[in-house]
Amino acid sequence: MNASAGNAMDEQAIRDVIFRTLHTIAPEVDPATLVADQPLRDQVDLDSMDWLNFLVGLHQALKVDIPESDYQKLYTLDQLMTYLRERLSSSA
Amino acid sequence: MTTAIADGHSGMREFKLPSLGADMDEGTLLEWHVQPGDVVKRGQVVAVVDTSKAAIEVECWEDGIVDQLVVNPGSTIPVGTVIALLRQPGETEAQAAQWKAKHPVAAPAPPLTEEPARRRVSPAARRQAEEKHIDIETVTGTGPQGAVTVEDVDRTVAAAAGAAVPDRAAEMRRTIAAAMARSKHEIPHYYLATEIPLAAATRWLAGVNESRPITERLLMAVLFIKATALALVKFPELNGFYRDGRFEPSPVVHVGVAISLRQGGLIAPALLDVNSKPPNQLMRELADLVKRARALSLKSSEFALPTVTVTNLGDQGVESVYGVIYPPQVALVGFGKITERAWVADGAVQIVPVVTASLSADHRASDGHRGGLFLNELKTLLQQPEGL
Repeated sequence: MNASAGNAMDEQAIRDVIFRTLHTIAPEVDPATLVADQPLRDQVDLDSMDWLNFLVGLHQALKVDIPESDYQKLYTLDQLMTYLRERLSSSA
Repeated sequence: MTTAIADGHSGMREFKLPSLGADMDEGTLLEWHVQPGDVVKRGQVVAVVDTSKAAIEVECWEDGIVDQLVVNPGSTIPVGTVIALLRQPGETEAQAAQWKAKHPVAAPAPPLTEEPARRRVSPAARRQAEEKHIDIETVTGTGPQGAVTVEDVDRTVAAAAGAAVPDRAAEMRRTIAAAMARSKHEIPHYYLATEIPLAAATRWLAGVNESRPITERLLMAVLFIKATALALVKFPELNGFYRDGRFEPSPVVHVGVAISLRQGGLIAPALLDVNSKPPNQLMRELADLVKRARALSLKSSEFALPTVTVTNLGDQGVESVYGVIYPPQVALVGFGKITERAWVADGAVQIVPVVTASLSADHRASDGHRGGLFLNELKTLLQQPEGL
């Protein structure tokens, strides 16, 4: 994937990156079972180390910076999608 | 875990399978990472041993030269079995031969089970099987001597489409049950808890993390672990081992960190010398430890050495945790979920993040009064996070 062309990434590409990263942390999770507007960490049982590793994975795959003060905007998959889309287009 | 044999000029060492923690008394040698004639350094991984919990990398405890590998891959052996002979640096094979003439190596202990020895499985294949939830015993090996390779696992995954049930889960459950039953049978536990306000620690962490790239940020868990270690230095009766009817305090604090595994089960490998390491280093080591624990790839020293255990079980869930002590340790410190509470400070009610810290301790080594003072010390330390 060409991360520097982030603004050209469509929704599906971002979703793929999220699920691929999630798989490295929680390989047993079937993305199809996740509810997009419910808290992600509760559905996938991510502790604070898992959550940090998940965000580090997204940071490395998409080259977006995720300040700690933004963590509270990232409870659900929907919020994560919106946030990453905005970060990718604003960094272009 | 080597034993020096006083024998004139020869300094041959018997390298024994080291202790792998209270709940692991045997292991199956999977593979050697060294050959006779190899020079080995203290701390070097020389072999991989499979236990009911994980594939453990066995480290050498001193410098030397591998003279002879006594145990073959596939053998299941009890802790303490001589698995190799090491010459001292500079010692010749001839000198070693003299020693061996006088000290015939005991035949390797017979396998503990009558079952045929387990097949060779590469650690990578085992990890792959764990990840794919495939029982490694159902995989047909096509590598050297029938060894199971990653490719074999992938073939089985493709063929079975996830029908197999991992039997390590059952094995690990039995292992945990045995250790915890022993703990509850032998150790007269007492339990204490206190609420610790984390306004200062939360503020300090936010300030530190704000200017850091995400790859270098600290977690609150690191402050918990470091504060616990510092408090234990002042309360040595909570840090060490109860063995052979008496308590041996430890001069160092090796903190076993309870890590839950996604496929079920729990392991508590150690962060070493926690009291003398800065939070940044502890964070790196903790991240590495969790990663390797989840991949079931840990070192023998990490199992053998914890002098106390910290559990952060409540991170996501419950507010307080009362743990079962991991013998031969004498204490377990638990941290629950951090929640915002109404808290009275300086005569005013404030909204403050609070954690419940608990202590499970062994009454044979300490009393509740001292345990309470320990928790208060922990509370004090967490009010000055910059000093951790």
